[in-house]
Amino acid sequence: MASPSPKSPEQSEKNKQYDRQLRLWGDHGQAALENGHICLINATALGTEILKSIVLPGVGAITIVDHNIVAEEDIGSNFFLDCSSKGLNRGTETLRLLLELNPAVQGHAVQEPTEQILQENPDFFKSFSIVVATSLGEKIIQDLAQHLWDINVPFILCRSVGFLGSFRIQIKEHAIIETHPENEQIGLRLDVPFPALAQYLDTFDIDTLDLKDHGQIPWIVILYKAVQKWQLSNQNRWPMSRKEKNEIKEIIQEFIRKDENGIPIEEENFEEALRAVNTALVPTFLPVKIQELLYCSSATNLTKDSLPFWIMCSALRNFIEAEGKSKLPLRGVLPDMTSSTEHYVKLQSMYRTQAVMEAEIVYRKVQEIVAQLHCESISETEVKLFCRHSHDLHLIKGSNIAMEYQLGSNSVASYIARYLEEPDVMMVHYILLRAAEIFRSEHCRAPGEWEPEADIAKLKTCVSRLLTDISCSPFPKDDHIHEMCRYGGAEIHSVSAFLGGCIAQEAIKIVTKQYNPVNNTFIYDGASTNTATFTF
Amino acid sequence: MEMAEVEIQTPDYMQRRWHNIRKLLERSGPFCHPDFEPSSEILDFIMNNCKVLIVGAGGLGCELLKDLALMGFKKLHVVDMDTIELSNLNRQFLFRKNDIGLSKAKCAVEFVNKRIPGCEAVAHHCPIQDLDEGFYRQFHVVVCGLDSIVARRWLNGMLVSLLQYNDDRSLDQSSVIPLVDGGTEGFKGNARVILPGMSACIECTLDLYPPQKTFPLCTIANTPRLPEHCIEYVKVLQWEKENPWGNTTLLDGDDPQHVAWVYEKAQERATKYGITSVTYRLTQGVLKNIIPAVASTNAAIAATCATEVFKLASSCCVNMNNYMVLNMADGVYTYTFNAEKRPNCVTCSNTTKVMEIEHDATLQAIYDKLCEDNAFLMKSPGITTVVNGRNKTLYMASIKSIEEKTRDNLKKKITELGLYNGAEILVADVTTPNTVTIKLKLSEKIDVDMLY
Repeated sequence: MASPSPKSPEQSEKNKQYDRQLRLWGDHGQAALENGHICLINATALGTEILKSIVLPGVGAITIVDHNIVAEEDIGSNFFLDCSSKGLNRGTETLRLLLELNPAVQGHAVQEPTEQILQENPDFFKSFSIVVATSLGEKIIQDLAQHLWDINVPFILCRSVGFLGSFRIQIKEHAIIETHPENEQIGLRLDVPFPALAQYLDTFDIDTLDLKDHGQIPWIVILYKAVQKWQLSNQNRWPMSRKEKNEIKEIIQEFIRKDENGIPIEEENFEEALRAVNTALVPTFLPVKIQELLYCSSATNLTKDSLPFWIMCSALRNFIEAEGKSKLPLRGVLPDMTSSTEHYVKLQSMYRTQAVMEAEIVYRKVQEIVAQLHCESISETEVKLFCRHSHDLHLIKGSNIAMEYQLGSNSVASYIARYLEEPDVMMVHYILLRAAEIFRSEHCRAPGEWEPEADIAKLKTCVSRLLTDISCSPFPKDDHIHEMCRYGGAEIHSVSAFLGGCIAQEAIKIVTKQYNPVNNTFIYDGASTNTATFTF
Repeated sequence: MEMAEVEIQTPDYMQRRWHNIRKLLERSGPFCHPDFEPSSEILDFIMNNCKVLIVGAGGLGCELLKDLALMGFKKLHVVDMDTIELSNLNRQFLFRKNDIGLSKAKCAVEFVNKRIPGCEAVAHHCPIQDLDEGFYRQFHVVVCGLDSIVARRWLNGMLVSLLQYNDDRSLDQSSVIPLVDGGTEGFKGNARVILPGMSACIECTLDLYPPQKTFPLCTIANTPRLPEHCIEYVKVLQWEKENPWGNTTLLDGDDPQHVAWVYEKAQERATKYGITSVTYRLTQGVLKNIIPAVASTNAAIAATCATEVFKLASSCCVNMNNYMVLNMADGVYTYTFNAEKRPNCVTCSNTTKVMEIEHDATLQAIYDKLCEDNAFLMKSPGITTVVNGRNKTLYMASIKSIEEKTRDNLKKKITELGLYNGAEILVADVTTPNTVTIKLKLSEKIDVDMLY
């Protein structure tokens, strides 16, 4: 038998290779990732584990800055070194083995100390999408953080010691259009139906339909009709309270057909309508979070250098104040519901058409602004995407690590103090990680690197100093200090691998501008399998 | 030459390479497990005695193999029946394009043994069901990174079946082989530690798995609304009707020609109904039930499992209690909780399993209960019983000839089939390596009117 030969072209090699991740961030996310260039400072086990999960999905390029020579301990914990690497430059060696993972990725190694680059060629860092650093000293952390803050390059500072680890994301401002929320608001505008929808909903008469058609009415029609009936005796109000919603449910129950014995006939669409009462009757409103975003100064005081995000926010605000009548543009997505194909497709295209219409208005406003400001144009696709996700826009305004380190602002100190008083053991870990850094800068070794017992008192001094700076009383027990000395600065592979996975994902989120990254500090304790997020 | 001699004289667990983990194992700390006694012998045990089985050499398996090898484990075994595909390469980092078509287990083991000197990993390129009790019994810990719930349940059943009980019915602790289990889906994942017979097993917590999404047949056939409905139609109905490659060829989601055919037919159907957005990617996703996967989630979950294996092998730290969920879609969030052991768990409770059923029920009712009841959730149970000392097959779907012979039994009342209150049925299923014995408890039908 002759084989049929379907005409559709096969997928490209690249689409096949990346198929499982394209389902998470789409082709446009992948394109953004392929334009990304990540800089890693210090190719420790943690550093290479981070790069591994960024190289595999196909980042554009990586640059490793590392002047260290490979020691035997490195080989014992770092998968991207082999026995022949001993005595060679660590950045070059790890780069060689990392690039094997994905030939599409470009790679560079720079063998100078970070301090030197920062002094002699600070512009070096300008070309990166993100700088990730591990195992840096106290002083250089602050200098580098300040510089990256000034040139507006995102920075992730990472640590892995014993069972403990952390990362801190420093990013001035990060706007996310596609946050991929777990539960999207449906936003059907049943309370304020647009003309085409209202007209269509009015064509239904639930009571006169025959049984077959009765079972095919989409639940949004049922809900709308129930509310209309309820409004007759409730001054055209919109049902809000639990009691009122229960009354709607009773009306829906009455709609359900009965058999000759008066027993209700099971109809899936009416069951769905009953289940939807609590979620789909939420009135259409402008979320406070979005309102704040649209009226903040970045959106109201546009300049030629304003980011496309702010220009779109400004256009969106104009839309809401005029044509939109205080509403965000329609999402244009209809959830699946029991219904005939005809009803569903008709409703769906109505929602789609309306959404396209509203997005076009916003797009025109964007074009006007672009023309006024003489800034770079924004594509219609971008504006449409922005409108579709306008209910879930998210903005992170970050803070400077250098400020956190100087405990300069009182707010950082009191923030830490509040958690220490609770007491939150994860904040204790944060203090210990910081204290270990101070110890290292003073004694040129990790606490407990040689002798755990001998360093306990010295580390305790570092802890006390930090606690004094934030006006906190000393820890009642030394157990966490003791534990840190036991670690002796050891890097444990599985702890670094856990953090590496998390940090890689955060870097990808930042580069693709999809999904919300951690804001802004993450602490991990592998001993108790506990994690926490703090916002400094 | 001199250097080489020094290396030979130093036992492996004393090598400088392992300096980092030696600090954890040779020093005591305030948060250690109460039984922990720091010593260099622990690493010696991990390296030269402790046998760990890694089940699956995919996204999690590759990570686990690397993680455990760098935590000092040398006696590692890896079992996986799959071969390498192009779509694995975005996360299964031990494989390259040249390896496509080769055994995952063998490739992964070869890579790690070469990269990490001293590692003696062994590959088993076969289904887990091909390996027997004797094989599983040799391990100190089993760690599992599978994408199949059925395989997980089978493995769990195997480890539970290795448990031995003392005369006073207490558990013989030395027969317990801990199971560390990880799973991922997109940016979400979970990791857990199971001490079979002691803490919640896979069967105790079956309700933690989300039910599989299915579309009702009448929607697919009569009222399609989504592109998925059109694809399902072609997959379930149209393929069998048209047999595009002849009637012996089954639809293969990995054959691009097949996928393209389904894609085109689904598009035709969609156009007919005014449905949009049937894409090649969606078609493939529906056909193969593809679960999105990234390197990062697999790395984080596998590492969590590896840390727990290390704790189990070294006692340097108390294990997590006992189930951790991870979600990296919105920030990074984890939550660890104590999944509770079900006292009447079909698999791990070491008690007689009882099924309550109405006395006038049919065999079909028992079959349905085995498939749908949360305590069983079996796939295609084969039911036998013993009548007058002889085995009698009541129903078995897995073998066609027996299915045909026993099909009529489903309609019969169980009492007609010789079953009675207290009778035992023996049930075999893909979810368990051993036959499950279930005692029937027949109840009178409660007349609703009698209650008033």
